[in-house]
Amino acid sequence: MIEVKNIKKTFGDKTVIEDVSAVMKAGQCNLIIGASGSGKTVLMKCMVGLFEPDGGHVLYSGQDFTAMSNEEKTEIRKEIGMLFQGSALFDSLTVEQNIMFPLSMFTTWSHKKKLDRVNEVLARVNLVDTNKKYPAELSGGMKKRVGIARAIVLNPKYLFCDEPNSGLDPQTSLVIDRLIKEITLEYNITTVVNTHDMNSVMEIGNYILYMYKGNKEWEGNKKEIIFSKNQRLNDFIFASEFLQDAKDMRMLEEAGKISDDRNMDEMLDKDAPSLVPPDEE
Amino acid sequence: MTIFSDIGRYLLMIKGMFSKPENGRMYWKEFIHQCTEIGVGSLGIVAIISVFIGAVSTIQTAYQLVTPLIPRSTIAQIVRDTVILEFAPTLVCIVLAGVAGSRIASELGNMRVSEQIDALEIMGINTKTYLILPKIIAALLMIPLLVVIAMVLGILGGRIAGVSAGIISGNIYDKGLLEYFVPYNVFFALVKAYVFAFIISSVAAFYGYYVKGGALEIGRASTKAVVVSCIVILFADYILSALLLKQ
Repeated sequence: MIEVKNIKKTFGDKTVIEDVSAVMKAGQCNLIIGASGSGKTVLMKCMVGLFEPDGGHVLYSGQDFTAMSNEEKTEIRKEIGMLFQGSALFDSLTVEQNIMFPLSMFTTWSHKKKLDRVNEVLARVNLVDTNKKYPAELSGGMKKRVGIARAIVLNPKYLFCDEPNSGLDPQTSLVIDRLIKEITLEYNITTVVNTHDMNSVMEIGNYILYMYKGNKEWEGNKKEIIFSKNQRLNDFIFASEFLQDAKDMRMLEEAGKISDDRNMDEMLDKDAPSLVPPDEE
Repeated sequence: MTIFSDIGRYLLMIKGMFSKPENGRMYWKEFIHQCTEIGVGSLGIVAIISVFIGAVSTIQTAYQLVTPLIPRSTIAQIVRDTVILEFAPTLVCIVLAGVAGSRIASELGNMRVSEQIDALEIMGINTKTYLILPKIIAALLMIPLLVVIAMVLGILGGRIAGVSAGIISGNIYDKGLLEYFVPYNVFFALVKAYVFAFIISSVAAFYGYYVKGGALEIGRASTKAVVVSCIVILFADYILSALLLKQ
Protein backbone atom coordinates (compact mmCIF):
# COMPACT_ATOMS: atom_id res chain seq x y z
CA MET A 1 0.00 0.00 0.00
CA ILE A 2 1.15 3.52 -0.82
CA GLU A 3 -0.17 6.50 1.10
CA VAL A 4 0.16 10.01 -0.22
CA LYS A 5 -0.39 12.66 2.45
CA ASN A 6 -0.84 16.36 1.68
CA ILE A 7 1.62 16.45 -1.19
CA LYS A 8 2.52 19.91 -2.47
CA LYS A 9 4.83 20.77 -5.34
CA THR A 10 5.72 24.06 -6.94
CA PHE A 11 8.06 24.98 -9.78
CA GLY A 12 9.22 28.55 -9.31
CA ASP A 13 6.08 30.52 -8.53
CA LYS A 14 3.79 27.99 -10.23
CA THR A 15 1.97 25.56 -7.96
CA VAL A 16 1.53 22.28 -9.76
CA ILE A 17 0.16 20.21 -6.88
CA GLU A 18 -1.63 22.02 -4.06
CA ASP A 19 -2.59 19.46 -1.44
CA VAL A 20 -3.23 15.90 -2.55
CA SER A 21 -3.81 12.90 -0.34
CA ALA A 22 -4.70 9.39 -1.47
CA VAL A 23 -4.29 5.74 -0.60
CA MET A 24 -3.15 3.31 -3.30
CA LYS A 25 -4.18 -0.20 -2.30
CA ALA A 26 -2.16 -3.37 -2.74
CA GLY A 27 -3.26 -5.88 -5.38
CA GLN A 28 -5.24 -3.22 -7.19
CA CYS A 29 -4.86 -0.96 -10.18
CA ASN A 30 -4.93 2.58 -8.82
CA LEU A 31 -5.44 5.14 -11.56
CA ILE A 32 -4.52 8.81 -11.55
CA ILE A 33 -6.51 10.55 -14.24
CA GLY A 34 -6.81 14.14 -15.34
CA ALA A 35 -6.34 16.49 -18.25
CA SER A 36 -2.88 17.42 -19.51
CA GLY A 37 -1.27 19.82 -17.03
CA SER A 38 -3.44 18.69 -14.12
CA GLY A 39 -0.38 17.49 -12.20
CA LYS A 40 -0.77 13.73 -12.46
CA THR A 41 2.73 13.07 -13.83
CA VAL A 42 4.27 15.39 -11.21
CA LEU A 43 2.33 13.55 -8.50
CA MET A 44 3.64 10.21 -9.75
CA LYS A 45 7.20 11.55 -9.94
CA CYS A 46 6.85 12.83 -6.35
CA MET A 47 5.68 9.37 -5.33
CA VAL A 48 8.69 7.60 -6.84
CA GLY A 49 11.14 10.26 -5.68
CA LEU A 50 12.08 11.72 -9.06
CA PHE A 51 10.77 15.03 -7.73
CA GLU A 52 11.20 16.18 -4.14
CA PRO A 53 7.78 17.37 -2.87
CA ASP A 54 7.71 20.79 -1.18
CA GLY A 55 5.39 19.45 1.49
CA GLY A 56 3.64 16.27 2.55
CA HIS A 57 4.65 12.64 2.81
CA VAL A 58 4.71 9.48 0.71
CA LEU A 59 4.50 6.26 2.69
CA TYR A 60 5.39 2.85 1.29
CA SER A 61 3.82 0.18 3.52
CA GLY A 62 3.88 2.71 6.38
CA GLN A 63 7.51 3.80 5.85
CA ASP A 64 7.93 7.52 5.18
CA PHE A 65 9.77 7.62 1.83
CA THR A 66 10.11 11.42 1.83
CA ALA A 67 11.97 11.40 5.16
CA MET A 68 14.42 8.67 4.15
CA SER A 69 18.13 9.09 3.42
CA ASN A 70 19.33 8.40 -0.12
CA GLU A 71 20.56 4.94 0.93
CA GLU A 72 17.18 4.05 2.44
CA LYS A 73 15.39 5.37 -0.65
CA THR A 74 17.61 3.15 -2.80
CA GLU A 75 16.40 0.11 -0.84
CA ILE A 76 12.73 1.05 -1.42
CA ARG A 77 13.42 1.76 -5.08
CA LYS A 78 14.60 -1.81 -5.54
CA GLU A 79 10.98 -2.77 -4.81
CA ILE A 80 9.64 -0.36 -7.41
CA GLY A 81 9.15 -1.09 -11.10
CA MET A 82 8.19 1.62 -13.52
CA LEU A 83 6.91 1.67 -17.06
CA PHE A 84 7.63 5.02 -18.70
CA GLN A 85 5.57 6.85 -21.28
CA GLY A 86 8.21 6.33 -23.97
CA SER A 87 9.22 2.93 -22.50
CA ALA A 88 12.72 4.33 -21.65
CA LEU A 89 14.51 1.25 -22.96
CA PHE A 90 18.28 1.53 -23.27
CA ASP A 91 18.89 2.08 -27.00
CA SER A 92 22.29 0.44 -27.11
CA LEU A 93 21.13 -2.77 -25.42
CA THR A 94 19.08 -5.63 -26.84
CA VAL A 95 15.72 -6.62 -25.36
CA GLU A 96 17.45 -9.39 -23.41
CA GLN A 97 20.16 -7.04 -22.09
CA ASN A 98 17.56 -4.41 -21.18
CA ILE A 99 15.60 -6.84 -19.05
CA MET A 100 18.72 -8.45 -17.64
CA PHE A 101 20.16 -5.07 -16.59
CA PRO A 102 18.45 -4.83 -13.16
CA LEU A 103 19.32 -8.49 -12.49
CA SER A 104 23.00 -7.92 -13.34
CA MET A 105 23.08 -4.77 -11.19
CA PHE A 106 21.34 -6.10 -8.09
CA THR A 107 21.80 -9.87 -8.01
CA THR A 108 24.74 -12.25 -7.99
CA TRP A 109 22.88 -14.82 -10.08
CA SER A 110 24.65 -16.87 -12.74
CA HIS A 111 24.14 -15.89 -16.37
CA LYS A 112 21.95 -18.95 -16.94
CA LYS A 113 19.70 -18.12 -14.03
CA LYS A 114 19.37 -14.53 -15.21
CA LEU A 115 18.61 -15.68 -18.75
CA ASP A 116 15.93 -18.06 -17.47
CA ARG A 117 14.29 -15.21 -15.55
CA VAL A 118 14.46 -12.95 -18.63
CA ASN A 119 12.79 -15.62 -20.76
CA GLU A 120 10.17 -16.17 -18.05
CA VAL A 121 9.12 -12.51 -17.95
CA LEU A 122 9.29 -12.21 -21.72
CA ALA A 123 6.92 -15.15 -21.98
CA ARG A 124 4.70 -13.50 -19.38
CA VAL A 125 4.32 -10.39 -21.54
CA ASN A 126 3.81 -12.58 -24.62
CA LEU A 127 7.09 -11.69 -26.28
CA VAL A 128 9.13 -14.63 -27.36
CA ASP A 129 11.99 -14.68 -29.90
CA THR A 130 12.69 -10.99 -29.41
CA ASN A 131 15.72 -11.45 -27.14
CA LYS A 132 18.28 -10.27 -29.63
CA LYS A 133 16.30 -7.38 -31.07
CA TYR A 134 17.15 -3.76 -30.34
CA PRO A 135 14.46 -1.29 -29.16
CA ALA A 136 14.59 0.48 -32.54
CA GLU A 137 13.39 -2.75 -34.19
CA LEU A 138 10.26 -3.02 -32.01
CA SER A 139 6.77 -1.58 -32.43
CA GLY A 140 5.31 0.79 -29.82
CA GLY A 141 3.27 -1.98 -28.17
CA MET A 142 6.25 -4.33 -28.06
CA LYS A 143 8.40 -1.64 -26.46
CA LYS A 144 5.77 -1.15 -23.76
CA ARG A 145 5.70 -4.89 -23.10
CA VAL A 146 9.50 -5.00 -22.85
CA GLY A 147 9.20 -2.04 -20.46
CA ILE A 148 6.73 -4.02 -18.34
CA ALA A 149 8.98 -7.07 -18.44
CA ARG A 150 11.94 -4.98 -17.24
CA ALA A 151 9.78 -3.40 -14.53
CA ILE A 152 8.67 -6.75 -13.10
CA VAL A 153 11.87 -8.74 -13.52
CA LEU A 154 12.93 -8.13 -9.89
CA ASN A 155 9.45 -8.99 -8.56
CA PRO A 156 8.59 -5.49 -7.39
CA LYS A 157 6.01 -4.71 -4.71
CA TYR A 158 5.02 -1.49 -6.45
CA LEU A 159 4.47 -0.89 -10.15
CA PHE A 160 4.12 2.58 -11.65
CA CYS A 161 2.92 3.07 -15.21
CA ASP A 162 3.11 6.53 -16.75
CA GLU A 163 0.67 6.81 -19.66
CA PRO A 164 1.04 3.16 -20.68
CA ASN A 165 -1.24 3.59 -23.69
CA SER A 166 0.12 6.76 -25.20
CA GLY A 167 0.76 6.36 -28.90
CA LEU A 168 -0.88 2.94 -29.10
CA ASP A 169 -3.90 1.83 -31.11
CA PRO A 170 -7.04 0.87 -29.11
CA GLN A 171 -6.50 -2.87 -29.50
CA THR A 172 -2.87 -2.78 -28.38
CA SER A 173 -3.89 -0.45 -25.54
CA LEU A 174 -6.35 -3.07 -24.38
CA VAL A 175 -3.64 -5.74 -24.47
CA ILE A 176 -1.35 -3.54 -22.33
CA ASP A 177 -4.20 -2.69 -19.91
CA ARG A 178 -5.10 -6.35 -19.44
CA LEU A 179 -1.46 -7.27 -18.99
CA ILE A 180 -1.06 -4.65 -16.25
CA LYS A 181 -4.22 -5.89 -14.55
CA GLU A 182 -3.20 -9.54 -14.73
CA ILE A 183 0.29 -8.84 -13.41
CA THR A 184 -1.14 -6.74 -10.56
CA LEU A 185 -3.37 -9.58 -9.43
CA GLU A 186 -0.85 -12.34 -10.09
CA TYR A 187 1.98 -10.77 -8.07
CA ASN A 188 -0.26 -8.80 -5.64
CA ILE A 189 1.46 -5.56 -6.66
CA THR A 190 0.36 -2.06 -5.72
CA THR A 191 -0.03 -0.65 -9.21
CA VAL A 192 -0.36 3.06 -9.93
CA VAL A 193 -1.30 4.00 -13.48
CA ASN A 194 -1.23 7.53 -14.78
CA THR A 195 -3.56 7.84 -17.75
CA HIS A 196 -6.12 9.86 -19.62
CA ASP A 197 -7.32 6.92 -21.66
CA MET A 198 -10.97 6.27 -20.76
CA ASN A 199 -10.79 2.67 -21.96
CA SER A 200 -8.14 2.06 -19.30
CA VAL A 201 -10.30 3.68 -16.67
CA MET A 202 -13.18 1.35 -17.44
CA GLU A 203 -10.97 -1.70 -18.00
CA ILE A 204 -8.64 -1.67 -15.01
CA GLY A 205 -9.63 1.14 -12.62
CA ASN A 206 -10.12 -0.38 -9.17
CA TYR A 207 -9.43 2.97 -7.57
CA ILE A 208 -9.55 6.20 -9.54
CA LEU A 209 -8.14 9.55 -8.47
CA TYR A 210 -9.20 12.46 -10.65
CA MET A 211 -6.86 15.45 -10.60
CA TYR A 212 -7.96 18.92 -11.61
CA LYS A 213 -5.53 21.85 -11.66
CA GLY A 214 -3.25 20.31 -9.04
CA ASN A 215 -6.00 19.22 -6.67
CA LYS A 216 -7.79 15.98 -5.95
CA GLU A 217 -11.18 16.62 -7.51
CA TRP A 218 -12.76 13.20 -7.13
CA GLU A 219 -11.95 9.64 -6.07
CA GLY A 220 -13.85 6.42 -6.38
CA ASN A 221 -14.06 3.26 -8.48
CA LYS A 222 -15.09 2.65 -12.08
CA LYS A 223 -18.71 1.91 -11.15
CA GLU A 224 -19.04 5.08 -9.14
CA ILE A 225 -17.63 7.12 -12.00
CA ILE A 226 -20.77 6.38 -14.07
CA PHE A 227 -23.05 7.86 -11.43
CA SER A 228 -20.85 10.71 -10.34
CA LYS A 229 -22.51 14.11 -10.27
CA ASN A 230 -19.15 15.89 -10.36
CA GLN A 231 -19.47 18.14 -13.39
CA ARG A 232 -15.72 18.52 -14.00
CA LEU A 233 -15.23 14.77 -13.85
CA ASN A 234 -18.16 14.17 -16.20
CA ASP A 235 -16.90 16.80 -18.61
CA PHE A 236 -13.52 15.10 -18.64
CA ILE A 237 -14.57 11.44 -18.75
CA PHE A 238 -17.59 11.71 -20.98
CA ALA A 239 -16.23 14.44 -23.20
CA SER A 240 -17.58 12.99 -26.46
CA GLU A 241 -21.25 12.68 -27.35
CA PHE A 242 -20.75 8.96 -27.86
CA LEU A 243 -19.47 8.44 -24.33
CA GLN A 244 -22.19 10.69 -22.92
CA ASP A 245 -24.82 8.49 -24.65
CA ALA A 246 -23.09 5.39 -23.33
CA LYS A 247 -23.21 6.80 -19.82
CA ASP A 248 -26.91 7.71 -20.12
CA MET A 249 -27.69 4.24 -21.39
CA ARG A 250 -25.74 2.62 -18.56
CA MET A 251 -27.60 4.75 -16.00
CA LEU A 252 -30.94 3.78 -17.50
CA GLU A 253 -29.84 0.15 -17.47
CA GLU A 254 -28.84 0.39 -13.81
CA ALA A 255 -32.18 2.09 -13.02
CA GLY A 256 -34.00 -0.87 -14.65
CA LYS A 257 -35.50 1.15 -17.48
CA ILE A 258 -33.66 -0.91 -20.07
CA SER A 259 -33.44 -4.66 -19.71
CA ASP A 260 -30.13 -6.42 -20.33
CA ASP A 261 -31.62 -8.34 -23.28
CA ARG A 262 -32.95 -5.08 -24.63
CA ASN A 263 -34.60 -4.85 -27.97
CA MET A 264 -32.33 -2.69 -30.05
CA ASP A 265 -35.27 -1.52 -32.21
CA GLU A 266 -36.84 0.11 -29.15
CA MET A 267 -33.74 2.09 -28.49
CA LEU A 268 -33.28 3.23 -32.06
CA ASP A 269 -35.15 6.25 -33.36
CA LYS A 270 -37.97 4.73 -35.46
CA ASP A 271 -38.34 7.93 -37.51
CA ALA A 272 -34.78 7.82 -38.62
CA PRO A 273 -34.20 6.90 -42.28
CA SER A 274 -33.39 3.27 -42.93
CA LEU A 275 -29.76 2.49 -43.64
CA VAL A 276 -30.67 -0.58 -45.69
CA PRO A 277 -31.04 0.11 -49.44
CA PRO A 278 -34.72 -0.15 -50.62
CA ASP A 279 -34.09 -3.04 -53.02
CA GLU A 280 -32.80 -5.16 -50.16
CA GLU A 281 -35.72 -4.40 -47.82
CA MET B 1 23.23 34.68 -12.07
CA THR B 2 22.91 31.72 -14.42
CA ILE B 3 26.66 31.25 -14.53
CA PHE B 4 26.87 30.99 -10.70
CA SER B 5 23.93 28.60 -10.58
CA ASP B 6 25.56 26.49 -13.34
CA ILE B 7 28.86 26.42 -11.47
CA GLY B 8 27.01 25.39 -8.30
CA ARG B 9 25.15 22.61 -10.08
CA TYR B 10 28.39 21.48 -11.75
CA LEU B 11 30.13 21.22 -8.38
CA LEU B 12 27.16 19.36 -6.89
CA MET B 13 27.26 16.96 -9.85
CA ILE B 14 30.96 16.29 -9.22
CA LYS B 15 30.25 15.74 -5.51
CA GLY B 16 27.30 13.48 -6.31
CA MET B 17 29.49 11.19 -8.43
CA PHE B 18 31.36 9.85 -5.47
CA SER B 19 29.21 7.12 -3.95
CA LYS B 20 29.63 3.39 -3.49
CA PRO B 21 28.94 1.54 -6.76
CA GLU B 22 25.93 -0.79 -6.61
CA ASN B 23 27.80 -3.48 -8.53
CA GLY B 24 31.54 -3.20 -9.24
CA ARG B 25 31.44 -5.49 -12.27
CA MET B 26 28.78 -3.42 -14.04
CA TYR B 27 30.76 -0.25 -13.38
CA TRP B 28 33.92 -1.89 -14.71
CA LYS B 29 32.06 -2.90 -17.89
CA GLU B 30 30.84 0.65 -18.32
CA PHE B 31 34.37 1.99 -17.75
CA ILE B 32 35.85 -0.32 -20.38
CA HIS B 33 33.06 0.65 -22.79
CA GLN B 34 33.85 4.33 -22.27
CA CYS B 35 37.58 3.73 -22.71
CA THR B 36 36.81 2.16 -26.08
CA GLU B 37 34.46 4.97 -27.08
CA ILE B 38 36.76 7.82 -26.03
CA GLY B 39 40.13 6.23 -26.80
CA VAL B 40 39.67 4.01 -29.82
CA GLY B 41 36.83 6.15 -31.16
CA SER B 42 39.03 9.25 -31.31
CA LEU B 43 42.30 7.62 -32.34
CA GLY B 44 41.79 8.09 -36.10
CA ILE B 45 41.16 11.82 -36.02
CA VAL B 46 43.93 12.39 -33.48
CA ALA B 47 46.42 10.52 -35.70
CA ILE B 48 45.47 12.47 -38.82
CA ILE B 49 45.59 15.86 -37.09
CA SER B 50 48.89 15.12 -35.36
CA VAL B 51 50.72 14.02 -38.51
CA PHE B 52 49.58 17.08 -40.45
CA ILE B 53 50.30 19.50 -37.62
CA GLY B 54 53.86 18.14 -37.36
CA ALA B 55 54.28 18.36 -41.12
CA VAL B 56 53.02 21.93 -41.35
CA SER B 57 55.16 22.96 -38.38
CA THR B 58 58.32 21.70 -40.10
CA ILE B 59 57.56 23.48 -43.35
CA GLN B 60 56.59 26.77 -41.66
CA THR B 61 59.60 26.72 -39.33
CA ALA B 62 61.94 26.14 -42.26
CA TYR B 63 60.24 28.96 -44.15
CA GLN B 64 60.94 31.37 -41.29
CA LEU B 65 64.56 30.31 -40.69
CA VAL B 66 66.10 32.25 -43.53
CA THR B 67 69.58 32.77 -42.10
CA PRO B 68 72.25 30.12 -42.80
CA LEU B 69 73.78 30.90 -39.37
CA ILE B 70 71.13 28.75 -37.64
CA PRO B 71 71.72 25.03 -38.08
CA ARG B 72 68.94 23.02 -39.81
CA SER B 73 68.68 20.77 -36.76
CA THR B 74 67.01 23.69 -35.02
CA ILE B 75 63.93 22.99 -37.13
CA ALA B 76 63.56 19.60 -35.41
CA GLN B 77 64.02 21.20 -31.99
CA ILE B 78 61.35 23.79 -32.66
CA VAL B 79 58.93 21.23 -34.08
CA ARG B 80 59.55 18.90 -31.12
CA ASP B 81 59.00 21.55 -28.49
CA THR B 82 55.98 23.11 -30.22
CA VAL B 83 54.32 19.75 -30.65
CA ILE B 84 55.05 18.62 -27.08
CA LEU B 85 54.28 21.91 -25.34
CA GLU B 86 51.25 23.11 -27.26
CA PHE B 87 50.02 21.27 -30.32
CA ALA B 88 49.67 17.77 -28.87
CA PRO B 89 48.02 18.63 -25.56
CA THR B 90 46.02 21.76 -26.43
CA LEU B 91 45.05 21.37 -30.05
CA VAL B 92 44.32 17.66 -29.72
CA CYS B 93 42.20 18.30 -26.62
CA ILE B 94 40.24 21.01 -28.43
CA VAL B 95 39.56 18.49 -31.18
CA LEU B 96 38.64 15.90 -28.53
CA ALA B 97 36.22 18.39 -26.96
CA GLY B 98 34.42 18.25 -30.30
CA VAL B 99 34.70 14.51 -30.85
CA ALA B 100 34.41 12.95 -27.38
CA GLY B 101 32.76 15.88 -25.60
CA SER B 102 29.88 16.21 -28.00
CA ARG B 103 29.39 12.44 -27.94
CA ILE B 104 29.21 12.41 -24.12
CA ALA B 105 26.80 15.38 -24.04
CA SER B 106 24.50 13.98 -26.72
CA GLU B 107 24.52 10.46 -25.22
CA LEU B 108 23.54 11.73 -21.77
CA GLY B 109 21.13 14.28 -23.24
CA ASN B 110 19.37 11.57 -25.21
CA MET B 111 19.19 9.40 -22.11
CA ARG B 112 17.71 12.28 -20.12
CA VAL B 113 15.12 13.24 -22.73
CA SER B 114 14.02 9.65 -23.35
CA GLU B 115 13.69 9.08 -19.57
CA GLN B 116 16.45 6.43 -19.52
CA ILE B 117 18.18 8.31 -16.68
CA ASP B 118 14.88 8.36 -14.75
CA ALA B 119 14.54 4.62 -15.37
CA LEU B 120 17.99 4.05 -13.83
CA GLU B 121 17.10 6.28 -10.87
CA ILE B 122 13.91 4.29 -10.27
CA MET B 123 15.95 1.10 -10.24
CA GLY B 124 17.91 2.58 -7.33
CA ILE B 125 21.08 3.35 -9.27
CA ASN B 126 23.05 6.54 -8.58
CA THR B 127 23.06 7.83 -12.15
CA LYS B 128 25.80 10.37 -11.54
CA THR B 129 28.10 7.61 -10.33
CA TYR B 130 27.10 5.08 -12.98
CA LEU B 131 26.90 7.37 -16.01
CA ILE B 132 29.36 10.19 -15.35
CA LEU B 133 32.18 8.80 -13.20
CA PRO B 134 33.23 6.04 -15.67
CA LYS B 135 33.30 8.63 -18.47
CA ILE B 136 35.56 10.97 -16.50
CA ILE B 137 37.91 8.19 -15.37
CA ALA B 138 38.04 6.80 -18.92
CA ALA B 139 38.84 10.29 -20.24
CA LEU B 140 41.56 10.73 -17.61
CA LEU B 141 43.14 7.48 -18.76
CA MET B 142 42.64 7.68 -22.51
CA ILE B 143 43.15 11.37 -23.32
CA PRO B 144 46.72 11.58 -21.93
CA LEU B 145 47.47 8.41 -23.91
CA LEU B 146 46.08 10.04 -27.04
CA VAL B 147 48.21 13.12 -26.31
CA VAL B 148 51.35 10.95 -26.07
CA ILE B 149 50.43 9.28 -29.38
CA ALA B 150 49.85 12.75 -30.85
CA MET B 151 53.33 13.87 -29.72
CA VAL B 152 55.00 10.89 -31.40
CA LEU B 153 52.94 11.17 -34.59
CA GLY B 154 53.38 14.96 -34.76
CA ILE B 155 57.17 14.68 -34.56
CA LEU B 156 57.07 11.81 -37.06
CA GLY B 157 54.86 13.86 -39.42
CA GLY B 158 57.41 16.68 -39.21
CA ARG B 159 60.20 14.33 -40.17
CA ILE B 160 58.27 12.89 -43.12
CA ALA B 161 57.39 16.38 -44.41
CA GLY B 162 60.92 17.70 -43.85
CA VAL B 163 62.60 14.81 -45.61
CA SER B 164 60.12 14.55 -48.49
CA ALA B 165 60.25 18.31 -49.17
CA GLY B 166 64.06 18.29 -49.04
CA ILE B 167 64.12 20.77 -46.14
CA ILE B 168 66.12 18.60 -43.79
CA SER B 169 67.69 15.18 -43.91
CA GLY B 170 66.44 12.40 -41.67
CA ASN B 171 69.75 12.17 -39.76
CA ILE B 172 69.88 15.90 -38.96
CA TYR B 173 66.22 15.86 -37.92
CA ASP B 174 66.86 12.92 -35.56
CA LYS B 175 69.98 14.65 -34.19
CA GLY B 176 68.00 17.83 -33.64
CA LEU B 177 65.33 15.95 -31.73
CA LEU B 178 67.89 14.86 -29.14
CA GLU B 179 69.51 18.28 -28.73
CA TYR B 180 68.49 20.40 -25.73
CA PHE B 181 65.65 18.05 -24.90
CA VAL B 182 63.91 19.04 -21.64
CA PRO B 183 61.99 16.09 -20.13
CA TYR B 184 60.04 18.54 -17.96
CA ASN B 185 58.20 19.62 -21.13
CA VAL B 186 56.65 16.16 -21.41
CA PHE B 187 55.60 16.33 -17.76
CA PHE B 188 54.03 19.75 -18.40
CA ALA B 189 52.19 18.40 -21.45
CA LEU B 190 50.83 15.48 -19.44
CA VAL B 191 49.67 17.78 -16.63
CA LYS B 192 47.79 19.78 -19.27
CA ALA B 193 46.38 16.58 -20.79
CA TYR B 194 44.97 15.44 -17.43
CA VAL B 195 43.44 18.83 -16.67
CA PHE B 196 41.94 19.11 -20.17
CA ALA B 197 40.64 15.53 -20.01
CA PHE B 198 38.75 16.36 -16.83
CA ILE B 199 37.37 19.56 -18.38
CA ILE B 200 36.25 17.83 -21.59
CA SER B 201 34.48 14.94 -19.88
CA SER B 202 32.95 16.76 -16.91
CA VAL B 203 31.72 19.84 -18.81
CA ALA B 204 30.18 17.65 -21.54
CA ALA B 205 28.60 15.38 -18.92
CA PHE B 206 27.18 18.42 -17.11
CA TYR B 207 25.48 19.82 -20.21
CA GLY B 208 24.20 16.42 -21.28
CA TYR B 209 23.00 15.28 -17.86
CA TYR B 210 20.96 18.39 -17.15
CA VAL B 211 19.44 18.83 -20.60
CA LYS B 212 15.73 19.72 -20.68
CA GLY B 213 13.40 19.49 -23.64
CA GLY B 214 13.76 17.46 -26.82
CA ALA B 215 16.01 16.70 -29.76
CA LEU B 216 16.71 20.38 -30.44
CA GLU B 217 17.91 20.93 -26.89
CA ILE B 218 20.21 17.90 -27.11
CA GLY B 219 21.90 19.51 -30.12
CA ARG B 220 22.15 22.84 -28.31
CA ALA B 221 23.57 21.18 -25.18
CA SER B 222 26.12 19.35 -27.29
CA THR B 223 27.22 22.55 -29.03
CA LYS B 224 27.34 24.46 -25.76
CA ALA B 225 29.41 21.70 -24.16
CA VAL B 226 31.99 21.96 -26.95
CA VAL B 227 32.12 25.77 -26.88
CA VAL B 228 32.40 26.00 -23.09
CA SER B 229 34.99 23.18 -22.98
CA CYS B 230 37.14 24.96 -25.59
CA ILE B 231 37.00 28.26 -23.71
CA VAL B 232 37.80 26.62 -20.39
CA ILE B 233 40.64 24.61 -21.98
CA LEU B 234 42.23 27.77 -23.40
CA PHE B 235 41.84 29.56 -20.08
CA ALA B 236 43.32 26.60 -18.19
CA ASP B 237 46.14 26.44 -20.76
CA TYR B 238 47.07 30.02 -19.97
CA ILE B 239 46.91 29.48 -16.20
CA LEU B 240 48.96 26.28 -16.34
CA SER B 241 51.58 27.88 -18.59
CA ALA B 242 51.85 30.86 -16.26
CA LEU B 243 52.19 28.61 -13.23
CA LEU B 244 54.37 25.80 -14.54
CA LEU B 245 56.61 27.46 -17.13
CA LYS B 246 58.21 30.09 -14.94
CA GLN B 247 61.86 30.72 -15.83
